[in-house]
Amino acid sequence: MALRQAVSENDHIQGNSQAPIELVEYGDYECPHCGRAYPILKEMQNQLGSNLKFVFRNFPLSKIHPHAKSAAIAAEAASHQNKFWEMHDILFENQRRLTSTAVREYAQKIQLDMSKFENDILDSSIAEKIDAEFYSGMRSGVNATPTFFINGEKYDGTPADLQVFIETTFL
Amino acid sequence: MLATGTQAPDFSLFATPDQKVSLSDFKGKRVILAFYPADWSPVCGDQMALYNEMLSHFSKLNAQLIGISVDGKWCHLSFSSDRKLHFPLLSDFEPKGEVSRLYEVYDDNNGESRRGLYVIDEEGIIRWAYLSPIGVNPGADGIMDALEAMNNN
Repeated sequence: MALRQAVSENDHIQGNSQAPIELVEYGDYECPHCGRAYPILKEMQNQLGSNLKFVFRNFPLSKIHPHAKSAAIAAEAASHQNKFWEMHDILFENQRRLTSTAVREYAQKIQLDMSKFENDILDSSIAEKIDAEFYSGMRSGVNATPTFFINGEKYDGTPADLQVFIETTFL
Repeated sequence: MLATGTQAPDFSLFATPDQKVSLSDFKGKRVILAFYPADWSPVCGDQMALYNEMLSHFSKLNAQLIGISVDGKWCHLSFSSDRKLHFPLLSDFEPKGEVSRLYEVYDDNNGESRRGLYVIDEEGIIRWAYLSPIGVNPGADGIMDALEAMNNN
Protein backbone atom coordinates (compact mmCIF):
# COMPACT_ATOMS: atom_id res chain seq x y z
CA MET A 1 0.00 0.00 0.00
CA ALA A 2 1.17 3.48 -0.79
CA LEU A 3 0.67 6.77 0.96
CA ARG A 4 -2.08 8.56 -0.94
CA GLN A 5 -1.50 11.99 0.56
CA ALA A 6 2.08 13.16 -0.04
CA VAL A 7 3.91 14.97 2.74
CA SER A 8 3.54 18.73 2.37
CA GLU A 9 4.08 21.94 4.29
CA ASN A 10 0.80 21.25 6.09
CA ASP A 11 2.48 18.35 7.87
CA HIS A 12 4.43 18.38 11.10
CA ILE A 13 7.95 17.55 10.05
CA GLN A 14 10.87 16.87 12.35
CA GLY A 15 14.48 16.53 11.23
CA ASN A 16 16.14 17.19 7.90
CA SER A 17 13.46 18.08 5.35
CA GLN A 18 15.80 16.90 2.56
CA ALA A 19 16.62 13.57 4.25
CA PRO A 20 16.81 10.46 2.06
CA ILE A 21 14.37 8.67 4.39
CA GLU A 22 10.90 9.99 5.05
CA LEU A 23 9.07 8.23 7.86
CA VAL A 24 5.37 9.02 8.32
CA GLU A 25 3.59 7.80 11.42
CA TYR A 26 -0.20 7.64 11.69
CA GLY A 27 -0.69 7.63 15.43
CA ASP A 28 -3.05 8.07 18.34
CA TYR A 29 -1.85 9.72 21.58
CA GLU A 30 -3.91 7.36 23.72
CA CYS A 31 -2.89 4.17 21.91
CA PRO A 32 -0.54 2.07 24.07
CA HIS A 33 1.24 0.67 21.00
CA CYS A 34 2.01 4.21 19.87
CA GLY A 35 3.19 5.01 23.38
CA ARG A 36 5.59 2.07 23.25
CA ALA A 37 6.81 3.12 19.81
CA TYR A 38 7.50 6.68 20.97
CA PRO A 39 10.88 6.11 22.73
CA ILE A 40 11.94 3.73 19.95
CA LEU A 41 11.33 6.47 17.40
CA LYS A 42 13.19 9.04 19.51
CA GLU A 43 16.20 6.77 19.71
CA MET A 44 16.04 6.08 16.00
CA GLN A 45 15.91 9.79 15.22
CA ASN A 46 19.06 10.20 17.31
CA GLN A 47 20.83 7.38 15.54
CA LEU A 48 19.83 8.21 11.99
CA GLY A 49 20.28 11.96 12.42
CA SER A 50 20.11 13.94 9.20
CA ASN A 51 19.22 10.81 7.22
CA LEU A 52 15.72 10.85 8.66
CA LYS A 53 12.71 13.10 8.20
CA PHE A 54 9.89 12.24 10.61
CA VAL A 55 6.26 13.20 10.04
CA PHE A 56 3.39 12.67 12.49
CA ARG A 57 -0.23 12.45 11.33
CA ASN A 58 -3.28 11.96 13.50
CA PHE A 59 -5.24 8.72 13.47
CA PRO A 60 -7.35 8.89 16.64
CA LEU A 61 -9.53 5.84 17.33
CA SER A 62 -11.81 8.00 19.43
CA LYS A 63 -14.47 5.44 20.29
CA ILE A 64 -12.01 3.15 22.07
CA HIS A 65 -9.68 5.98 23.17
CA PRO A 66 -11.94 8.70 24.57
CA HIS A 67 -9.11 11.25 24.99
CA ALA A 68 -7.39 10.63 21.66
CA LYS A 69 -9.20 13.31 19.70
CA SER A 70 -8.88 16.04 22.33
CA ALA A 71 -5.18 15.21 22.73
CA ALA A 72 -4.74 15.47 18.96
CA ILE A 73 -6.53 18.83 19.02
CA ALA A 74 -4.22 20.04 21.80
CA ALA A 75 -1.12 19.15 19.79
CA GLU A 76 -2.50 20.87 16.70
CA ALA A 77 -3.38 23.93 18.77
CA ALA A 78 0.18 23.95 20.15
CA SER A 79 1.44 23.96 16.57
CA HIS A 80 -0.21 27.37 16.17
CA GLN A 81 2.41 28.52 18.65
CA ASN A 82 5.18 26.53 16.96
CA LYS A 83 5.20 23.98 19.76
CA PHE A 84 3.67 20.95 18.08
CA TRP A 85 6.55 18.60 18.91
CA GLU A 86 6.77 19.78 22.51
CA MET A 87 3.09 18.91 22.95
CA HIS A 88 3.38 15.69 20.93
CA ASP A 89 6.19 14.55 23.22
CA ILE A 90 4.59 15.49 26.51
CA LEU A 91 1.33 13.77 25.48
CA PHE A 92 3.07 10.51 24.64
CA GLU A 93 5.17 10.72 27.80
CA ASN A 94 1.97 11.05 29.83
CA GLN A 95 -0.46 9.06 27.74
CA ARG A 96 -2.13 7.45 30.74
CA ARG A 97 -3.35 10.85 31.83
CA LEU A 98 -4.92 12.83 29.00
CA THR A 99 -7.90 14.44 30.70
CA SER A 100 -8.69 18.03 29.80
CA THR A 101 -7.18 19.19 33.10
CA ALA A 102 -4.00 17.24 32.44
CA VAL A 103 -3.68 18.54 28.88
CA ARG A 104 -3.94 22.14 30.18
CA GLU A 105 -1.17 21.40 32.67
CA TYR A 106 1.01 20.18 29.82
CA ALA A 107 0.15 23.28 27.81
CA GLN A 108 1.34 25.44 30.70
CA LYS A 109 4.41 23.32 31.18
CA ILE A 110 5.54 23.89 27.61
CA GLN A 111 4.74 27.58 28.11
CA LEU A 112 1.95 28.09 25.66
CA ASP A 113 0.02 31.32 25.65
CA MET A 114 -2.99 29.85 27.45
CA SER A 115 -5.62 32.26 26.20
CA LYS A 116 -4.57 31.62 22.61
CA PHE A 117 -4.51 27.87 23.33
CA GLU A 118 -8.05 27.97 24.77
CA ASN A 119 -9.23 29.74 21.64
CA ASP A 120 -7.38 27.50 19.24
CA ILE A 121 -8.68 24.21 20.65
CA LEU A 122 -12.16 25.40 19.66
CA ASP A 123 -11.07 26.21 16.12
CA SER A 124 -13.06 23.92 13.83
CA SER A 125 -10.28 23.94 11.22
CA ILE A 126 -8.18 21.88 13.65
CA ALA A 127 -10.85 19.21 13.98
CA GLU A 128 -11.19 19.20 10.20
CA LYS A 129 -7.43 18.76 9.75
CA ILE A 130 -7.49 15.76 12.10
CA ASP A 131 -10.45 14.23 10.28
CA ALA A 132 -8.70 14.77 6.95
CA GLU A 133 -5.57 13.03 8.27
CA PHE A 134 -7.64 10.12 9.55
CA TYR A 135 -9.27 9.84 6.13
CA SER A 136 -5.98 10.03 4.22
CA GLY A 137 -4.58 7.34 6.50
CA MET A 138 -7.57 5.08 6.05
CA ARG A 139 -7.41 5.51 2.26
CA SER A 140 -3.71 4.66 2.37
CA GLY A 141 -4.43 1.37 4.12
CA VAL A 142 -3.86 2.34 7.75
CA ASN A 143 -5.62 -0.43 9.66
CA ALA A 144 -4.24 0.02 13.18
CA THR A 145 -2.06 2.40 15.13
CA PRO A 146 0.74 3.07 14.80
CA THR A 147 1.09 2.57 11.06
CA PHE A 148 4.27 3.73 9.34
CA PHE A 149 5.08 4.68 5.76
CA ILE A 150 8.70 4.77 4.66
CA ASN A 151 9.28 6.87 1.57
CA GLY A 152 5.61 6.50 0.75
CA GLU A 153 5.31 2.72 1.18
CA LYS A 154 3.49 1.04 4.05
CA TYR A 155 5.76 -0.72 6.54
CA ASP A 156 4.27 -3.96 7.89
CA GLY A 157 6.81 -4.84 10.57
CA THR A 158 6.97 -3.87 14.24
CA PRO A 159 8.30 -0.54 15.54
CA ALA A 160 11.18 -2.40 17.20
CA ASP A 161 12.38 -3.67 13.80
CA LEU A 162 11.91 -0.34 12.05
CA GLN A 163 15.44 0.97 12.35
CA VAL A 164 17.10 -2.23 11.13
CA PHE A 165 14.64 -2.36 8.23
CA ILE A 166 15.44 1.23 7.25
CA GLU A 167 19.20 0.75 7.59
CA THR A 168 19.29 -2.45 5.59
CA THR A 169 16.86 -1.28 2.93
CA PHE A 170 17.76 2.36 2.40
CA LEU A 171 21.19 3.15 3.85
CA MET B 1 -16.58 -15.80 -2.40
CA LEU B 2 -19.82 -15.25 -4.27
CA ALA B 3 -19.49 -13.55 -7.62
CA THR B 4 -20.02 -9.84 -8.09
CA GLY B 5 -23.10 -9.02 -10.13
CA THR B 6 -25.14 -11.77 -8.45
CA GLN B 7 -27.99 -11.37 -5.98
CA ALA B 8 -26.82 -11.44 -2.36
CA PRO B 9 -28.67 -14.28 -0.60
CA ASP B 10 -31.06 -13.06 2.07
CA PHE B 11 -30.63 -14.17 5.68
CA SER B 12 -32.00 -13.39 9.10
CA LEU B 13 -29.80 -13.44 12.22
CA PHE B 14 -29.93 -12.16 15.78
CA ALA B 15 -28.52 -8.65 16.18
CA THR B 16 -29.46 -8.38 19.84
CA PRO B 17 -30.69 -11.04 22.30
CA ASP B 18 -34.30 -10.45 21.20
CA GLN B 19 -34.15 -8.92 17.74
CA LYS B 20 -33.38 -10.43 14.36
CA VAL B 21 -32.11 -8.50 11.36
CA SER B 22 -32.51 -9.51 7.71
CA LEU B 23 -30.47 -8.36 4.76
CA SER B 24 -33.74 -7.42 3.04
CA ASP B 25 -34.42 -4.91 5.86
CA PHE B 26 -31.78 -2.73 4.25
CA LYS B 27 -33.22 -2.56 0.76
CA GLY B 28 -32.59 0.92 -0.65
CA LYS B 29 -29.33 1.16 1.26
CA ARG B 30 -25.95 -0.23 0.44
CA VAL B 31 -24.74 -2.87 2.86
CA ILE B 32 -21.19 -3.72 3.84
CA LEU B 33 -21.01 -7.27 5.21
CA ALA B 34 -17.87 -7.78 7.26
CA PHE B 35 -17.40 -11.42 8.21
CA TYR B 36 -14.73 -11.93 10.87
CA PRO B 37 -13.48 -14.91 12.88
CA ALA B 38 -14.28 -14.00 16.47
CA ASP B 39 -15.13 -11.29 18.99
CA TRP B 40 -12.21 -10.34 21.27
CA SER B 41 -9.40 -11.64 19.08
CA PRO B 42 -6.87 -8.83 18.61
CA VAL B 43 -6.85 -8.33 14.85
CA CYS B 44 -10.63 -8.33 14.46
CA GLY B 45 -10.80 -5.96 17.39
CA ASP B 46 -8.70 -3.53 15.44
CA GLN B 47 -10.73 -4.13 12.28
CA MET B 48 -14.04 -3.47 14.02
CA ALA B 49 -12.58 -0.50 15.93
CA LEU B 50 -11.43 0.99 12.64
CA TYR B 51 -14.79 0.44 10.96
CA ASN B 52 -16.48 1.98 13.96
CA GLU B 53 -14.61 5.22 13.22
CA MET B 54 -15.59 4.99 9.57
CA LEU B 55 -19.35 4.93 10.03
CA SER B 56 -19.86 8.57 9.04
CA HIS B 57 -17.87 8.01 5.85
CA PHE B 58 -19.87 4.87 5.05
CA SER B 59 -23.16 6.60 5.74
CA LYS B 60 -22.25 9.53 3.48
CA LEU B 61 -22.11 6.93 0.73
CA ASN B 62 -25.49 5.48 1.82
CA ALA B 63 -23.88 2.34 3.24
CA GLN B 64 -24.75 0.40 6.39
CA LEU B 65 -22.03 -1.71 7.99
CA ILE B 66 -22.87 -5.12 9.46
CA GLY B 67 -20.40 -7.37 11.26
CA ILE B 68 -20.98 -11.15 11.27
CA SER B 69 -19.24 -13.88 13.23
CA VAL B 70 -20.23 -17.21 14.77
CA ASP B 71 -20.19 -15.76 18.29
CA GLY B 72 -23.43 -15.92 20.27
CA LYS B 73 -25.68 -12.91 20.76
CA TRP B 74 -24.65 -12.35 24.41
CA CYS B 75 -21.00 -12.45 23.44
CA HIS B 76 -21.67 -9.87 20.72
CA LEU B 77 -23.56 -7.70 23.18
CA SER B 78 -20.65 -7.70 25.59
CA PHE B 79 -18.02 -7.16 22.89
CA SER B 80 -20.01 -4.40 21.27
CA SER B 81 -20.54 -2.51 24.50
CA ASP B 82 -16.88 -2.93 25.53
CA ARG B 83 -15.67 -1.51 22.20
CA LYS B 84 -18.53 1.00 21.96
CA LEU B 85 -19.44 -0.24 18.50
CA HIS B 86 -22.20 1.69 16.76
CA PHE B 87 -23.19 -0.87 14.14
CA PRO B 88 -24.90 -4.26 14.38
CA LEU B 89 -23.02 -7.49 14.99
CA LEU B 90 -24.97 -10.51 13.83
CA SER B 91 -24.68 -13.98 15.36
CA ASP B 92 -24.17 -16.70 12.79
CA PHE B 93 -24.61 -19.08 15.67
CA GLU B 94 -27.49 -21.47 15.02
CA PRO B 95 -27.19 -23.36 12.78
CA LYS B 96 -23.57 -22.52 13.28
CA GLY B 97 -21.95 -20.70 10.37
CA GLU B 98 -24.91 -21.19 8.05
CA VAL B 99 -24.78 -17.66 6.61
CA SER B 100 -20.98 -17.71 6.44
CA ARG B 101 -21.23 -20.93 4.41
CA LEU B 102 -23.89 -19.34 2.21
CA TYR B 103 -21.45 -16.50 1.50
CA GLU B 104 -18.54 -18.95 1.03
CA VAL B 105 -16.47 -17.54 3.86
CA TYR B 106 -16.70 -20.35 6.41
CA ASP B 107 -13.51 -21.98 7.63
CA ASP B 108 -14.31 -25.60 8.48
CA ASN B 109 -10.97 -26.23 10.17
CA ASN B 110 -11.39 -23.47 12.75
CA GLY B 111 -15.15 -23.41 12.88
CA GLU B 112 -15.09 -19.66 12.32
CA SER B 113 -15.89 -17.19 9.57
CA ARG B 114 -13.05 -16.04 7.40
CA ARG B 115 -12.26 -12.35 7.06
CA GLY B 116 -14.50 -11.79 4.04
CA LEU B 117 -15.95 -8.46 2.93
CA TYR B 118 -18.93 -7.88 0.66
CA VAL B 119 -20.35 -4.60 -0.62
CA ILE B 120 -23.98 -4.97 -1.71
CA ASP B 121 -25.88 -2.29 -3.61
CA GLU B 122 -29.32 -0.76 -3.03
CA GLU B 123 -30.97 -3.57 -5.03
CA GLY B 124 -29.22 -6.36 -3.16
CA ILE B 125 -26.63 -7.08 -5.87
CA ILE B 126 -23.08 -7.95 -4.81
CA ARG B 127 -20.81 -5.27 -6.20
CA TRP B 128 -17.51 -6.07 -4.49
CA ALA B 129 -16.09 -9.06 -2.63
CA TYR B 130 -12.76 -9.46 -0.92
CA LEU B 131 -11.22 -12.21 1.20
CA SER B 132 -8.40 -11.06 3.45
CA PRO B 133 -5.67 -13.49 4.54
CA ILE B 134 -6.10 -14.87 8.09
CA GLY B 135 -4.52 -12.53 10.60
CA VAL B 136 -4.54 -9.54 8.27
CA ASN B 137 -6.84 -6.65 9.02
CA PRO B 138 -8.06 -5.60 5.56
CA GLY B 139 -8.59 -1.98 6.55
CA ALA B 140 -11.33 0.11 4.99
CA ASP B 141 -9.85 1.56 1.82
CA GLY B 142 -11.07 -1.31 -0.39
CA ILE B 143 -14.62 -0.78 0.86
CA MET B 144 -14.36 2.96 0.22
CA ASP B 145 -12.99 2.36 -3.29
CA ALA B 146 -15.94 0.05 -4.03
CA LEU B 147 -18.52 2.51 -2.66
CA GLU B 148 -17.02 5.41 -4.59
CA ALA B 149 -16.88 3.40 -7.80
CA MET B 150 -20.61 2.67 -7.37
CA ASN B 151 -21.23 6.42 -7.10
CA ASN B 152 -19.44 6.98 -10.39
CA ASN B 153 -21.38 4.36 -12.30
